[in-house]
Amino acid sequence: MAQSSFIDIITPIMVGPSSSHTAGAVRLGLLARNVYDASPHKVTFRLYNSYAQTGFGHGTDKGLLAGVLGFAVDDKRIRHIFEQPEAKQIAYEFQYLEDFNRHPNAVDFIFEGDLNMFVAGDSVGAGEVVIRKINEFSVKFTGKFNTLLLVYRDVPGMISRVTKVIQEKNINIASLHCDRYAKGEEASMCICVDGELDEEILKLIEGIENLYLVRYVRKLEH
Amino acid sequence: MIEKDINSFEQLYKACNIANVSIYKLAQTREAYLSEKTENEVREIVKRSLEAMKDAIKSGLNSNELSLSGMCGADCERLQKRFQRKPALFGNTFEKITAYALATSEENLRMGKIVACPTAGSCGIVPSVLVAVGENFNISEYEQINALITAGEIGRIVSNKVALAGAVAGCQAECGVASAMSAGAVCQMLGGSNKQILNAVALALKNLLGLTCDPVCGLVEIPCVKRNPFLAIHAVTAAELALADIESKIPLDEIVDALEQTGKLMSPTLKESSQAGLAKTKTALELEKSLFKK
Repeated sequence: MAQSSFIDIITPIMVGPSSSHTAGAVRLGLLARNVYDASPHKVTFRLYNSYAQTGFGHGTDKGLLAGVLGFAVDDKRIRHIFEQPEAKQIAYEFQYLEDFNRHPNAVDFIFEGDLNMFVAGDSVGAGEVVIRKINEFSVKFTGKFNTLLLVYRDVPGMISRVTKVIQEKNINIASLHCDRYAKGEEASMCICVDGELDEEILKLIEGIENLYLVRYVRKLEH
Repeated sequence: MIEKDINSFEQLYKACNIANVSIYKLAQTREAYLSEKTENEVREIVKRSLEAMKDAIKSGLNSNELSLSGMCGADCERLQKRFQRKPALFGNTFEKITAYALATSEENLRMGKIVACPTAGSCGIVPSVLVAVGENFNISEYEQINALITAGEIGRIVSNKVALAGAVAGCQAECGVASAMSAGAVCQMLGGSNKQILNAVALALKNLLGLTCDPVCGLVEIPCVKRNPFLAIHAVTAAELALADIESKIPLDEIVDALEQTGKLMSPTLKESSQAGLAKTKTALELEKSLFKK
């Protein structure tokens, strides 16, 4: 059986009041920010189900915005995030919806700016989160591993070309998730790795043909 | 050589006996090995949590700011005022434990910085007992860290069987486990043996089986905040009994099994979904209505 750690029981240090509705919201925001990796003009947050119903009392809206702005889960300024100078530099909007096909704690981030992007994720309990969708692609990563995200033209050999670069640097792949729009059109790849991908590896990967988007999303501090 | 594969309290107890060490020592050696850190690095992480706990108590004692919902936040101030007028029946340590537990829990709901130990809703229990007993019985920081490691190891072993989440097993798995962790921490600080520590955990946990999670308006406020000081004192009761060599007739691992079974049998309406219990009382429904108007 996988060995658990007592450190998990006596951490994280976080701002309250809820690990799923506050700390989880910040962590989802942080991951979405790293996926977007640019300065948005506007962010629209769509909160679903329990996030929509009890988000007000849990500061879920504040947590999501704080994450997108790069605040850590234990930053006491989150309570007054709307008054922070960082929050005044972008436009943002919150929408509250019900959709029982979605997770009880689901959220969409709609980024508008020089690049437009849609990111969706769930807060799955105890502060753990999963990013499920980027634009129209399904993905799956949790912020527990350093993750390489790729959007590319669906041509034969793409997975082997990318994983070859990673393997040649002797880095282990923890999980691999692929999805595509239609044969020969856009596809996505989500690779969680043990260890770090350095500048050199990322350069090599960026050099591969038919790639539209490359993002290296670092794991979240616990 | 210390045993690394420890998933039950019986394994823990045996491994400590073979190595002739305390629970905290075994846990810290094991953690260092598994996370490829030195024991000092592991203790440094624990120290950060301990310091954050003390900071939360300090901020909480000095604030009466209400939560976002406005339902809670000023009770720690009330309690401190009463103790200034009239000391508690059970003395200063009782005053500190109850005040520190409320201080931390209120700090949590006003979006202050706390340690989720093991969860945010139960965040006042371990710190209140640890810090109050630490202060009043001259327990060094080194020994407080030992006690927090002991508490963490207890929580870890329970969590191997039951997720520490109200939605999975009710409040017995959140505040209940926090109280059991605290009972073990107090025993460790007061020089209890490994056997006494595990009996304290057993006695605390056994007497909280069946505790449901029925938060009013779905928020971590009612009854969570006031439950923290109650279960902090509960932990001390368990520790006192265990230090007198009173044993739990049911072994700790079997109590954890009972907790898991009770959690499974508990109606989903009583597991953090706010569909029954306190959450559906007349007053709770009125509170819900007035909140949603805002």
